[in-house]
Amino acid sequence: MHAATIPENCLVRNDWICPLYVETRSSVLLEALGQHLYLVLVSLAVGALLAVPLAVLAHRVRRARGLTLGVTTVLYTIPSLAMFILLLPFVGLSATTVVIALALYSLTILVRNILVGLDGVDPEVRDAATGMGLSPWRTLWRVEAPLALPSAMAGLRVAAVSTVALATVGAIIGYGGLGNLITSGYQANFNAQVLTASVLCVVLAVAFDLLLLGAQRLATPWRRS
Amino acid sequence: MDWLTDIPGWFADPANWRGDTGVPALFVQHLGYSAAALGLACLVGLPVGVWLGHTGRGGVLAQQVSNAGRAVPVLALLGILLLVPGFGRTWWTLVLCLTLFAVPPVLTNAYTGLREVDRGAVDAARGMGMSGGEVLRKVELPLATPLIMNGVRQSAVQVVATVSIAALFAFGGLGRIITRATGSAGIDLTAALAGTLLIAAFALVVEYGLAAVGRRADPVARARRSAERRSSALRGDRAAGDREASVTTS
Repeated sequence: MHAATIPENCLVRNDWICPLYVETRSSVLLEALGQHLYLVLVSLAVGALLAVPLAVLAHRVRRARGLTLGVTTVLYTIPSLAMFILLLPFVGLSATTVVIALALYSLTILVRNILVGLDGVDPEVRDAATGMGLSPWRTLWRVEAPLALPSAMAGLRVAAVSTVALATVGAIIGYGGLGNLITSGYQANFNAQVLTASVLCVVLAVAFDLLLLGAQRLATPWRRS
Repeated sequence: MDWLTDIPGWFADPANWRGDTGVPALFVQHLGYSAAALGLACLVGLPVGVWLGHTGRGGVLAQQVSNAGRAVPVLALLGILLLVPGFGRTWWTLVLCLTLFAVPPVLTNAYTGLREVDRGAVDAARGMGMSGGEVLRKVELPLATPLIMNGVRQSAVQVVATVSIAALFAFGGLGRIITRATGSAGIDLTAALAGTLLIAAFALVVEYGLAAVGRRADPVARARRSAERRSSALRGDRAAGDREASVTTS
């Protein structure tokens, strides 16, 4: 008689795949997804904004190159868990801490890829631009930038995909987007929550990758033929 | 700023160095998990990557493996594996998960390294009558060593980082110092930062240590170095000879 009062559904059975979970916790899922998107988009934007001038500087000034590559290698080597904590005393317990750490990682990937792109520009093409009377800045903007774009976009795709995955580690300070749901789901032994949040993470990463691939195709129409 | 001045005190406290949860024990765990996963990843990733690169097949596969490795969060895979009956919180669940993330860099770099070997060198070796195996052993592998080692290094650094993340699920390793210091009661910043310093130092030592190993292991660079040594030794002999000559004349 007692057992009859407990409803029979996938939540009670603790199924991995549970539509009822998605239905009843849609607001929690959307909130986590929103935070995840916020973390990824802001950190990618900040990373890209800083990476472009840094890469151009490293490309033009020999001394800046060694310094930039050295510093970014150190940054990239520091594990994410350590990076979040390292920023805590300066930024505090907030989403900004996670954003800064993720921005630093994406910055590293982007600087290297933009630099590879700029280094790959045929010197003869550069000479031709100079010969046509283009100033160094116009050469950069009109000639070097478009030629470096494929490599830069490839870097942006890698950065976006790994940022989506890394953002979950922000759960250590409570700002991990879908990562929060994964850790709390694990603690509560809640299969549906762990799987749903995990799958959403991967879907988000693939979506970013495909979107950026589309953007890359649109931005470099000369490479399609 | 108390946390800053307290950090040396944390390191000086013998309580943090003793027992199962002390720094040495956690470090040994961290090293053990990392070494096991890296070893397994090399065992799987190197032969597959080298074979695909040698035959020139499966380029798409190598690329897909590396993409998938980046897109799946560690937290997600580990969280799922932990809840799957039969896995649970055992050391081999962690090593399996770590290995899955460690294979892509090793495999992809080995593949790329083999593919980027100068075709002219391979053709020349074949022209000299070398068999496929000989070309692989005597030409392709030596020339691909820098990239292969690069993959192993990337993988090692990633494994060290991933072991620390596993501490979020109460696994051992140095990450434990951080997760133990963060809880619902607030954060013990001193301990968390001490753990952070240890993890960062460990990762940096692995990165730069393996970079140095990679430079030493590169047969092309080694041959160049020894050629330089030989020529400088020759110059040194001549200089010594000149000195001798000057001594006899004076």
